[in-house]
Amino acid sequence: MQEATHTKEHDAHSDEHHDHGPQSFWRTWVFSTDHKVIGLQYAVTAMLSLMGGFLMMILMRWQLAYPGDPIPLVGNILENVTGGAEGGMMIDGVMQPQFYNALGAMHGTIMVFLGVVPLGFAAFGNYVMPLQVGAPDMAFPRLNMASFWSFLPGALIMFLSFLVPGGAAKSGWTSYSPLAAVADPPQSPTQEWFISPSLGPIDLSFLGLPADGALFMASIFNGQSLWLVAMIFLISSSLLGSVNVIVTIVQLRAKGMGWMRMPYFTWAIFVTSFLLLLAFPPLEAAGIMQLMDRVAHTSFFMPAGLYVGGEVLNSYSGGGSPLLWQHLFWFLGHPEVYVILLPAFGIVAEVIACNTRKPLWGYKSLVYGTIALGLLSFVVWAHHMYMTGMGAKVSAFFQTTTTIISIPSVIILTALLISLWGGAIRFNTPMLFATAFLPMFGIGGLTGIPLAFSSIGSYLHDSYYVIGHFHYVVAPGVMFGLFAGVYHWYPKVTGRKMNELLGKLHFWPTLICMNLIFAPMFIQGMAGMHRRWYDGGETYELSAPVLHWNVVMTIAAFVMLVAQLPFIWNFFTAWRYGQKVGTNPWQATTLDWQTPFPAPHGNFDKPVTVYRGPYEYSVPGADKDYTPQNEPEVQPAPAKVSSKDK
Amino acid sequence: MQIPYEVEERPDTGVYNAKLGIWLFLASEIMLFGGLFSAYIFLRLGAPEGSWPDHILWDLPGLINTAILILSSVTVVLSYIYVKLGDFNKFRICMIITLVSAVAFMGIKSFEYNGKFKHFGAFMKDTSKPQGYGEQITGHVIGDLSDYDDKDYILVAADSRQPIDWLSARELKKQSPAHQQQAAELAALGEDAHDAHPGPVFNHPGIIATGDKYKPKSWEHKIKVALGKEKHKEHDVFKVMKDQIFRQSMFTPGYNAYFAIYFTMTGLHALHVIGGALVLGYFCFFDHKRFFTNRKHFANRIEVGGLFWHFVDLVWIFLFPILYLL
Amino acid sequence: MLNDLLQMTENASEHGTQIDFFLEASHWFMLVLFVGWSAFFFYTLYRCWERKHPKADYDGVKSHASSHIELYVIIVEAVLLLGFAFPIWAKQVNEIPPEGDNLLKVHAIAYQFGWLFHYPGEDGVLGRKNPIFMKGGSPQSEVGLDMSDPFAQDDIVSMQVMRAPVNTPIIVDVTSRDVIHNYAVAHMRVSQDAIPGMRVPIWFTPIRTGEFEIICAQLCGAGHYSMKGILNIQTQDEYDKWVASQAPKKPADPAPSAEPAVEPDEPEVTPENEEAAAVAISSVTNQ
Ligand code: HEA
Ligand code: HEA
Ligand code: CUA
Ligand SMILES: [Cu+2]
Repeated sequence: MQEATHTKEHDAHSDEHHDHGPQSFWRTWVFSTDHKVIGLQYAVTAMLSLMGGFLMMILMRWQLAYPGDPIPLVGNILENVTGGAEGGMMIDGVMQPQFYNALGAMHGTIMVFLGVVPLGFAAFGNYVMPLQVGAPDMAFPRLNMASFWSFLPGALIMFLSFLVPGGAAKSGWTSYSPLAAVADPPQSPTQEWFISPSLGPIDLSFLGLPADGALFMASIFNGQSLWLVAMIFLISSSLLGSVNVIVTIVQLRAKGMGWMRMPYFTWAIFVTSFLLLLAFPPLEAAGIMQLMDRVAHTSFFMPAGLYVGGEVLNSYSGGGSPLLWQHLFWFLGHPEVYVILLPAFGIVAEVIACNTRKPLWGYKSLVYGTIALGLLSFVVWAHHMYMTGMGAKVSAFFQTTTTIISIPSVIILTALLISLWGGAIRFNTPMLFATAFLPMFGIGGLTGIPLAFSSIGSYLHDSYYVIGHFHYVVAPGVMFGLFAGVYHWYPKVTGRKMNELLGKLHFWPTLICMNLIFAPMFIQGMAGMHRRWYDGGETYELSAPVLHWNVVMTIAAFVMLVAQLPFIWNFFTAWRYGQKVGTNPWQATTLDWQTPFPAPHGNFDKPVTVYRGPYEYSVPGADKDYTPQNEPEVQPAPAKVSSKDK
Repeated sequence: MQIPYEVEERPDTGVYNAKLGIWLFLASEIMLFGGLFSAYIFLRLGAPEGSWPDHILWDLPGLINTAILILSSVTVVLSYIYVKLGDFNKFRICMIITLVSAVAFMGIKSFEYNGKFKHFGAFMKDTSKPQGYGEQITGHVIGDLSDYDDKDYILVAADSRQPIDWLSARELKKQSPAHQQQAAELAALGEDAHDAHPGPVFNHPGIIATGDKYKPKSWEHKIKVALGKEKHKEHDVFKVMKDQIFRQSMFTPGYNAYFAIYFTMTGLHALHVIGGALVLGYFCFFDHKRFFTNRKHFANRIEVGGLFWHFVDLVWIFLFPILYLL
Repeated sequence: MLNDLLQMTENASEHGTQIDFFLEASHWFMLVLFVGWSAFFFYTLYRCWERKHPKADYDGVKSHASSHIELYVIIVEAVLLLGFAFPIWAKQVNEIPPEGDNLLKVHAIAYQFGWLFHYPGEDGVLGRKNPIFMKGGSPQSEVGLDMSDPFAQDDIVSMQVMRAPVNTPIIVDVTSRDVIHNYAVAHMRVSQDAIPGMRVPIWFTPIRTGEFEIICAQLCGAGHYSMKGILNIQTQDEYDKWVASQAPKKPADPAPSAEPAVEPDEPEVTPENEEAAAVAISSVTNQ
């Protein structure tokens, strides 16, 4: 539709575009190639995962505050699901250490890889970005579908791994080897093999596997191996996704959409894609190697002479290095945190620009800051590894880069903050979340600074201070950004607004609870409490003075769970009963709000041309306080308005 | 709905979508193999001195495979050129040569893998070594490993190579008179020492010479003998006492760090070869109608597939020296 | 001050003073930034609220104050980095006191889930260790001490409790025999991963006597939360007495008799220690 030359070729590959005309339910909603539908698919999966990750944390928080007490209501159910007392996960309704570790590892993994990234990057990226650049769809619609359909199995494998014998992965979301390599050793090479103790043994002999075949199966069907398999699916999915996003942004920008006219959200997604594209493959390599360690008994991450559980592990050759895993993991891990962050930055910027009714302050510094953040994020990874016996020179390098990377963050945050000045701020729900993002992210980011210095970082390493640091960034920070996005683009998807009152009922308690949960973590961390402690620190005397905070945090977490009910209620009811609004309810300037409603497959009904930058709000002399990007230039100053593109 | 620039280049970027896509994809592939290459470096530098088995692979098959892949890279370029020139038959011939090369590559690869899986090695117990690992004996098991299930020893026809030890070969020679003598003989024989010397000498009490000889049945051995690369038609047979073995295994990925990285890297590379061949085969045999209906698009596809194929080739160009030669 | 507000543990080591000061300084820096930004933030929210300021201003802030502030941030960070971070860390990792001086050198071996401390004994030389001798049972075989080594005869292996004299530099060689753990003593301001196959030295000089908790600060399995060791800092006299009490009965007895199976002549075992040790040992058997 961009150029006439295409039409003559059109029939040539009509075989590829059988997505015209009336379509079956399957093609519209399940195996759709429409970026908007895929975005929604991601959004739904991601939000369910977020809820799952949150519920896991609720269980853990109960255990942290009341160690050894049976979990009310669900304790017995969980016990049955996880295989009763023999399952060893729950006994008499009391969570066992193994289960705590499994929940912890899965909370981290699910929140990061199945929750926040799919919602921020995949869902919003898919839904909004092509609209913002004025593209009819993603550059490779079928690849886009493939990306989702490799994400979903990964997600399912991850969740279902709770059901295999021994439960889900329990070596932390970081999956450090050798712990992860020796965790869940395959039991015995029998033909009988369990899906879940509660479902009873499943006889595999019908597969006719020889004994080592069964052993092989058992070495795959356990928590840690499934974690790795799921990760390989997820990584493949995000690789496909990021290629698609970059090509879409580079190739399918509408006429006139120069680089510096792209909305900041698109920029954020663009940089994020590069991080995914280049940082994830090393983790994929590492995942393959760890899987080899578990399945083929190689020793990539295993030194010689390990003595585990009373015997020398001489089935492993040794010769590997535990640090190699850490390097490969954090080479992804650090860029990954910016993958988490950048889409949220983008959303917040959009919402702020729209609701202050003025252009973003320092758009260019935002863009350059983001690019700098992206580049630098590849050279800071070892700040997670100061405690591994790092020499002075290497650590000096990583301390310096880590300190430098905080500068672009400061610049971006400052620009967003200053953007508020002079605005006519509308405090609707998305804006509330977006403004709250700023100081919350600020706290999280600032507490990253002491961690960046190895000498004091060594005091804080692995303590609750670290947990506090990154939760301030990801929970009241990024999660708020994502909530803002949901409220902001909801009318785009449904044509209806979410209820404002319920939105505020969601916002205020969530804000308060978030702080009640995560602020005490700094105190606990400074007092020497460490993370991943199943009993919440009761073993140690040094935690005694700050142990009472556990109860406060847990209660706050429970209250916060309740505070999500207005959101969920709002989310589902507004679909049918929300206030009906037009195509551009927020009176925004970016292209995503300039399509017809509902946006058809192909998005725009006529070719789009972009005439100006993304945030032309309150232009002096204009007749209305926003000038959409695709509104043709009106020659003299205030002229008649008729060009509003619907 | 039509996605712009699926076939034509976008004027300001100068590429069509798939071309940019494949370049990005290759960038991520570079990072993937880069992760593995850095693992190789990490493992190799971290290996205790002398324990990295260099030159353990027979380089001829690797060399042939290198030649095959380079040839196929050339033919894939030619096939692209013939699409551009509009010569369908020549295109097809070139593409078929490429595909045959891929099959040949995989054939040789599986021959090599198979040889490894039939090779046996054992590390003997040694309390004086920091990790408990002592001398290593490698070779072919006489008969089948399961034949020894009820015996307390295994009969192994040892390779006529120097025993590889956790300590460096140099250090090893210092240790026993037998080794010193062996070292002296080796020195006298010069370059091809380990092929020419009378056979391995073991120092460990758990490895007992039987005086028997055994003629390995593997093709690898036969070819090597025929080419004069292997001077020993027969190998000495040793009795290896099971209770003295620290760990034993075939030359599988788990055998040592070297085979771990060897199998992982070449295996992943082989998957890429298979994937690339499937895609090119699809273009050649199932998508060829497009050659006549939309030649530009077809050429694009061959170009993109060819780029991927070059990448696969390039990876091998790196793999071959680091795994076979260094 | 901020450290106390945040309930930081009391420092008990020589280099800890510097670290505390550094931590204090960075928290002040963070606080100043945060308060400054927040003041602007809330003032703006109030000033530019739609109801107060219905007509947005296209240009917004015109001054370049923010660039100056950013510059100051950079300068302060550079000072923190060059003035504190580099020197302190360099001192920690490079200036390990030379052996032979009046110092104590101990091997700390972590395992699922507890700590083993290997002391050189009277001869001052640590005996050879090899995993092949690891069997469990006696502390000596827990660390895989090679009893055929003459230097190993007088070595002391202590489980869960590490004793050290006050005011003496202590070098702890941290390693692990199974998975990664972390030897962290909050009061001593030290933390070091215990990585199998690696042995990394850390050092500190305790300035107070007392019992401090050794934290395992790296997830290591089900018993991670309870993998607590005790660092018992004693006066030199007390410590010497303990070393003497541990000396083997017959100095030249080469037999690797599994004699001190459960540390029989452990002088003062406080109830908590005992419990910690018991927990740790039982978790090993659970594993
Ligand atoms: C989105 C996620 C995210 C982000 C953005 C960051 C940002 C930063 N992180 Fe964080 N980090 C994590 C997620 C994140 N981190 C996670 C998940 C872990 C733990 C992983 C694990 O072990 O499980 C971690 C751990 C971690 C460590 C390792 C700790 C340890 O294990 O010992 C370190 C050390 O250097 C560190 C440093 C930093 C730094 C310097 C930044 C900087 O980029 C921050 C820069 C930002 C600022 C400096 C803020 C500027 C603020 C202002 C200007 C004030 C504004 C005020 C108002 C608006 C009121 N982080
Ligand atoms: C993006 C990442 C992310 C997010 C958002 C969160 C969110 C939360 N986290 Fe988590 N956390 C991690 C990443 C994250 N966490 C990681 C990586 C670890 C380390 C794991 C490890 O040790 O290996 C960790 C560890 C961790 C710990 C430490 C455990 C330990 O060390 O023993 C704790 C303790 O309190 C905790 C608590 C919480 C809480 C209370 C929230 C809350 O903020 C949760 C709030 C959740 C929501 C607000 C979800 C709302 C969603 C909906 C309402 C969807 C509605 C659905 C529909 C409408 C369909 N987390
Ligand atoms: Cu040991 Cu945690
Ligand atoms: Cu980081």
